[in-house]
Amino acid sequence: MSVSSRLSDAFAKPHPALVCFLTAGDGDTAANLDALVAGGADVIELGMPFTDPMADGPAIQNANIRSLGAGTTTKDVFAIAFEFRERHREVPLVLMGYANPMIRRGPEWFGSQCAAAGIDGVICVDIPPEEDEALGPELRSFGVAPIRLATPTTDTNRLPQVVEGSEGFLYYVSVAGITGKQQAAQASIEDAVARLKKATDLPVAVGFGVRTPEQAGAIAAVADGVVVGSALVELVAEHGREAPEHLKALTASLAKAVHSAARAPRKEENA
Amino acid sequence: MTEQPNSFRQMPPAKANSFRNQPDERGHFGDYGGRYVAETLMPLVLDLEREYRKAQADPEFQREFDDLLEHYVGRPSPLYFAERLTEALGGAQVWFKRDELNHTGAHKINNCIGQILLAIRMGKTRIIAETGAGQHGVATATVCARFGLPCVVYMGAEDVRRQSPNVFRMKLLGAEVVPVTSGRGTLKDAMNEGLRDWVANVHDTFYIIGTAAGPHPYPELVRNFQSVIGNEARAQMQDRIGRLPDLLVAAIGGGSNALGLFHPFLDDPDVKMLGVEAAGHGLDGDEHAASLLGGFPGVLHGNKTYLLQDEDGQITEGHSISAGLDYPGIGPEHAWLKDTGRVEYTAITDEEALEAFQLLCRTEGIIPALEPSHAIAAVAKRAKEMPKDSVILANLCGRGDKDIFTVAERLGVQM
Repeated sequence: MSVSSRLSDAFAKPHPALVCFLTAGDGDTAANLDALVAGGADVIELGMPFTDPMADGPAIQNANIRSLGAGTTTKDVFAIAFEFRERHREVPLVLMGYANPMIRRGPEWFGSQCAAAGIDGVICVDIPPEEDEALGPELRSFGVAPIRLATPTTDTNRLPQVVEGSEGFLYYVSVAGITGKQQAAQASIEDAVARLKKATDLPVAVGFGVRTPEQAGAIAAVADGVVVGSALVELVAEHGREAPEHLKALTASLAKAVHSAARAPRKEENA
Repeated sequence: MTEQPNSFRQMPPAKANSFRNQPDERGHFGDYGGRYVAETLMPLVLDLEREYRKAQADPEFQREFDDLLEHYVGRPSPLYFAERLTEALGGAQVWFKRDELNHTGAHKINNCIGQILLAIRMGKTRIIAETGAGQHGVATATVCARFGLPCVVYMGAEDVRRQSPNVFRMKLLGAEVVPVTSGRGTLKDAMNEGLRDWVANVHDTFYIIGTAAGPHPYPELVRNFQSVIGNEARAQMQDRIGRLPDLLVAAIGGGSNALGLFHPFLDDPDVKMLGVEAAGHGLDGDEHAASLLGGFPGVLHGNKTYLLQDEDGQITEGHSISAGLDYPGIGPEHAWLKDTGRVEYTAITDEEALEAFQLLCRTEGIIPALEPSHAIAAVAKRAKEMPKDSVILANLCGRGDKDIFTVAERLGVQM
């Protein structure tokens, strides 16, 4: 499997990984992404703006609207990714978004552009395993990891199908709902991660509703990674050009909490 | 007509090489359809499909559906020969399937009856829906009142303002109407908000989708519930003139009334079909809602289909004088029927629809909704080109009470 070693390296560090999300084209994305890296983010998740972000709450919806309103195109998103890769050779970069902009020019085009821009993985919200052929085969052929989502509604019967064909890491959506809203109970996250890790050797990162260093630290104690999105996106909205310093400060406090959490116990053989 | 078939069980059986055996077991109509939903919803749509298959096989479900259609909705709807319109056009005989006479004034209620029975079977205790002009919202609020279930209807803020009579109707029926300001506050944004609600309330909520679109099995089950239109029309035509019509015509927004009429006839090779999209101010510019004629295949709201979109796959807004047609997508079965060539598609402008609206008022004493006015305009064009012994059957899918304010404004009349 030609999965990027950047992603596996990020999850092989001696501490859990902090995954930080921003919407491409919302504000000075290059400066904002650099601030995340400077603050200690282990993985960067870059949102592709879409007119109809059905899984997102108001914070990320508004970021999509701002980005598209500023004229961001798919080519701009790849340019942001390519330039990020030029500046940061080692930091894994994952695209997150919705199916339509990804398949508009054909999945081959999208896969090849991802590879050329140094993108390590793609999270597509509305391509479940049942529709994998719409994008998955092309991503794999270009060595880009299709990163699947598991949710509280993903039952045990279905889990093997979700895990099969997922690469890089498994993204656990900790609440049945949209981004940036309520946080799941810590106990439910712990149970869910344990259930997922019985089904896969992939690292498990937990996201949706994670806003504070305290929450992130608690989740990091039971998972391989923690994803923070809306709280960062709100800083971009609030501070505009001044956003980088605020992003760096929040990322640093999140990273401190995540990195100092006890590493989740690795899955035992045949456990 | 005793024991007139009302049920979707009573469609003529599909043949091996049939146009009527779509979708496949994964919900695909050729390349279209499917289940492009977030993982949170995936187990739910699988569950819905299982429950729907059981309902299809359950005579009690069919009995209840048929009974409600007959005694609550008022089916079968009449098949009517429009004599004066035919004379005025001077060509083919024009017949109408009178679905505007249904309870709530449109075909939407057929589907809502079917879906709320499914919701009850599944033990769901809360109903949500999206609506554009408000017809589907009213139909959903109606069945929720009938069965005593709480109902939340998402409606674009701009539509709430423009369609205040329907908003009041929904409230009278006990529904909560939520104005949607996210995105651009239109029907597609209302659907996004419906999906966001559903994903956060999966345990107790059933989403009654208003047209033959969305993730599988919605396009199939909405089509089947609406096929009562075509099944009745088929039998009524045989009864009245001893043969099937030469041409079927129906307006298309999402496409459920058209599929309901067309589907039972798809394997009758002598019956031609014409779907009529909204050309708005014309197909040349961006001000139209013709997804098939002016859009490209893509993925939105759970299915792959033709969409109004730009070169980056960003969804663009539809425009039509008819709020029920200005959705930037279309049911996936229409996408497939277009590509296979079985159904022909055309588009009618706002102006042409307005003329047809007035023509039907004056010639037949029927005030049609602006949606079927598009179909009537297409009928007017085709009838003139066809011999007098040929037969056109158009679906009069809604009545025009809701549209009189829009029409008055366009005609420069102060009310």
